[in-house]
Amino acid sequence: MAASNIYDSAKSPGMAFEELVGLLKYKDLIFQLIRRNIVSRYKRSSLGILWTMLNPLGTMIILSVVFSRLFDIRGSYPAFIITNLVAWNFFMQTSQFSLNATMFGSDLFNRIYLPKTSFVISMNGAGLVNLLFSLVPLALIFLVTHISLNTSVILFPFSILLIAFFTLGVSLLLSTLVVYFPDIAELYPVVLQGWFYLTPIIYPDTALMDFAGGWILKLNPLYHVFKVFQMTLYDGLYPSITQWSTALIISLLTLILGWLVYTGNARSFQYYI
Amino acid sequence: MNEPNHNAAVYLKGISVSYRIPSEKVKSFKEFVIMKIQRKISIHKVLALKDVDLLINRGEVFGILGRNGAGKSTLLKVIARVVYPTRGRVWINGIVSPMLELNAGFHPELTGIENIYLNGTLLGHTKKETTSKMDEILDFAEIGDYIHAPIRTFSSGMIARLGFSIATAWTPEILILDEVLSVGDVSFQKKCEKKIQSFIHGQSTIILVTHSPQKMESLCSRAIILEKGQIIESGSSKAISKIYQKRMKTVNSNKLPDTTYLNN
Repeated sequence: MAASNIYDSAKSPGMAFEELVGLLKYKDLIFQLIRRNIVSRYKRSSLGILWTMLNPLGTMIILSVVFSRLFDIRGSYPAFIITNLVAWNFFMQTSQFSLNATMFGSDLFNRIYLPKTSFVISMNGAGLVNLLFSLVPLALIFLVTHISLNTSVILFPFSILLIAFFTLGVSLLLSTLVVYFPDIAELYPVVLQGWFYLTPIIYPDTALMDFAGGWILKLNPLYHVFKVFQMTLYDGLYPSITQWSTALIISLLTLILGWLVYTGNARSFQYYI
Repeated sequence: MNEPNHNAAVYLKGISVSYRIPSEKVKSFKEFVIMKIQRKISIHKVLALKDVDLLINRGEVFGILGRNGAGKSTLLKVIARVVYPTRGRVWINGIVSPMLELNAGFHPELTGIENIYLNGTLLGHTKKETTSKMDEILDFAEIGDYIHAPIRTFSSGMIARLGFSIATAWTPEILILDEVLSVGDVSFQKKCEKKIQSFIHGQSTIILVTHSPQKMESLCSRAIILEKGQIIESGSSKAISKIYQKRMKTVNSNKLPDTTYLNN
């Protein structure tokens, strides 16, 4: 047992790998932090965890009332919109909460050793649990509006995984940047708002296909990652190999980049936070 | 001492820590770009530790003496792996427990029990290990039925007692004792002291940081004196205690204003 507890900075395999080993050792902490994030968020409200389901439902109703006549959607607009909202809400909330996770954790980081990514990872874990909860109202809307699922839904979990990779990558990049430039915390909500309207969430992607040569769609990483999510669930279609590989490459590259940038900078955080 | 052997608990070689203090704190990206272009960012380096070598054996009670601002806290942070040194090698055999009230890890909305799990895992233990220590923690903390209530309803004494009980539930491999611990009322303080005494006389490696050479001499076998980030003396606790007291006298008789106090 004693031998396994030796830490030697001279034999460090590099921060990117060392952090991974640290996380594995602290995996129980990650579960506790995920639990804390979920429980503490809803502890004071009387409806508690039900809010994870009521929130997308409410937004869906508002957007349906406002936009259903504006966009021509095959099938049901409420079902279309709640599908996209589940994906968007996960990305938006998780990346926004993660942004401050390292800063808020600084009090602990300055007292005891913890894997530095613990707080960002657990924020993403909690977001993922919320996403799973919000599939309940989604199923409800699908039932009510008679949208049936195709066999393509078997691939749906993979699309969730891709969104999770992408979101974690963005979260890691943002929480690194915000350590050096605190203004990013104020700027990011504005960026998110623009991103929301530029991504086919409340409207179908056909609306942007012909606009500016379709480049607004092509250059938006979120569009490609969301596309496979929407196709396997709402459209009931099998995404093509190109669509899968585009989404996979985008999400994996973002995750790897985020990981390298975060762990590469983690040792400098001590001077800033 | 080139390679630490199995008897070593802590081995530091050539450790330097320089804090980078930007002369002007850059607050935004825009400012950063402008100032980078104008080359206005000059980073002011402060050496908190300078070329420190240290070997602490397993089971040893080791003392660190020094005035405020001498670099004691930074040295402890390097050993606890909270601060990564600018240069040098850190070799640690065992889990380091910094003995602090870990109130920072508590969440006010969670119950006492939930917070015990959270804090247990924060200290690097598994959930299972925390479960097996649960009775002992509850027993020591003397919280009673309140343990099922959110800890925002706890008194500060109860929170401190809970924090101490969790931190000391496991016999630490390497324990950092910084300053004097005073937790809760007199009877609880006695219990704390007894627990710490059992660690000191047991298997644990203890690193004791203190201003008092008398206390150091009575507890430690070896010690060092830190000054301005460097180890200026090291040896048996008896010898170090003598040197330290002598130095303090000369400093006092010269009536030098102790400006280092202002730094903390």
